[in-house]
Amino acid sequence: MEAKTGTWTEKKGLAQMLKGGVIMDVVNAEQAKIAEEAGACAVMALERVPADIRADGGVARMSDPDMILKIMDAVTIPVMAKCRIGHFVEAQILESIGVDYIDESEVLTPADEEHHILKHNFKVPFVCGCRNIGEALRRIGEGAAMMRTKGEAGTGDVVEAVRHARSVLGSIRQLKTMGDEELMAFAKNNGAPYELVKETKALGRMPVVNFAAGGVATPADAALMMQLGVDGVFVGSGIFKSGDPAKRAAAIVKSVTHYQDASILAEVSKNLGEAMVGRNAAQMPEGERLAVRGW
Amino acid sequence: MMNIGVLALQGDFAEHIVMLKKIGVEAREVRLPEHLDGLDGLIIPGGESTTIGKLAVHYNLMKPLQEFGKSHAIWGTCAGAIFLSKDANRDQPLLGLMDITVQRNAFGRQVDSFETDLVIDELLKATQTTHPYHAVFIRAPIIEAVSGNAKILSQLKDGRIVAALEGRLLATSFHPELTDDPRFHQYFLSLAQK
Repeated sequence: MEAKTGTWTEKKGLAQMLKGGVIMDVVNAEQAKIAEEAGACAVMALERVPADIRADGGVARMSDPDMILKIMDAVTIPVMAKCRIGHFVEAQILESIGVDYIDESEVLTPADEEHHILKHNFKVPFVCGCRNIGEALRRIGEGAAMMRTKGEAGTGDVVEAVRHARSVLGSIRQLKTMGDEELMAFAKNNGAPYELVKETKALGRMPVVNFAAGGVATPADAALMMQLGVDGVFVGSGIFKSGDPAKRAAAIVKSVTHYQDASILAEVSKNLGEAMVGRNAAQMPEGERLAVRGW
Repeated sequence: MMNIGVLALQGDFAEHIVMLKKIGVEAREVRLPEHLDGLDGLIIPGGESTTIGKLAVHYNLMKPLQEFGKSHAIWGTCAGAIFLSKDANRDQPLLGLMDITVQRNAFGRQVDSFETDLVIDELLKATQTTHPYHAVFIRAPIIEAVSGNAKILSQLKDGRIVAALEGRLLATSFHPELTDDPRFHQYFLSLAQK
């Protein structure tokens, strides 16, 4: 047989290689090298980390391709980049420059308030955010080959990440004990594609790799998400908005590998310097919440 | 019953464990040197070789893994194959157990990752089967050269080497753990039993 590229196995497969790892937001080649040196399994190239996007306001768009290419040149690990929800032309551009994964991300300003990108149309794989099982399975239905629970990006407050992970993973636990005759009602009530509901029940897990994101700032936060049952962790503002990024990055990598070993977690949590300042997500006005973007 | 460890520092170790259990083998995660005790063989999974290497150095696994490889079977898939090699053309932690030189990301970026069928005589003989092996390559390395006691197990049509064997040490550029075909895992068990 001839070699086939861009298959579903290939798209899902790269995410499987990232499992048990930390994907770090970086804004230039220098940060990308620090992330790789610290043991990141991939980097997310973007112009501003979510904490700055919040502070700056305005419209947040895809980053300059030149800046993404410089990061791709600087490291050997996979490079991801973000496009706006529904902005399939930004996605086409990112695919053409050869990024390894596209994040159709609520952190950027949405380009379409009704539709997401039809991700099956691309050879490059996509990761998308979710708050609950319905949102996750809708995105997978559109072709997302990896999921991340959204949390609340740029806050340094893990509470929303926990809420979303508990929601998604709790629904999967519920699904595992349901009778087959109950699955259509589950699909209807959650706005989830029926075939993917059946597949999730049969697998006993999300049909694609599922990371946590949005508010992870410490090794303990990362290990908390891992113990809740996610496959790995995205850290955005939490690293390069902290006092000692290289040290904190390496500590979070270790905490994801040894997430069940409290004595190692204690060791890596020592003397990390200032964590990012953080914003209390519960006190945030509704209009500033990024996680509500996505449909 | 055979007891196989899977290095669980980072990567798709869970997929290997599922496959091992499917073929009736005890499988356990290895994160620290003491986890190697009592194992009959070890798999180093796919993942990021730089991440796996750094964690192995930090948690003092390099020497214990090198010692383990002198008397046991070890199989590296993709990142694992890089980690087993003597030379990866760049500065990163390597076990140096196999006389192979690898080139990372040799096929390009993710959009160039591919699936293809391979005919691997040694595998067909060991598993007494005839149908080709469907191999999944993801940002895969190639084995540029084998030397010493290492021998070529499989090549693509263009001659590039994608699997090698040296005694009981096995390296594959591709990911048998991402398929439903257990033959490579069965083949590895036959090495571990030797």
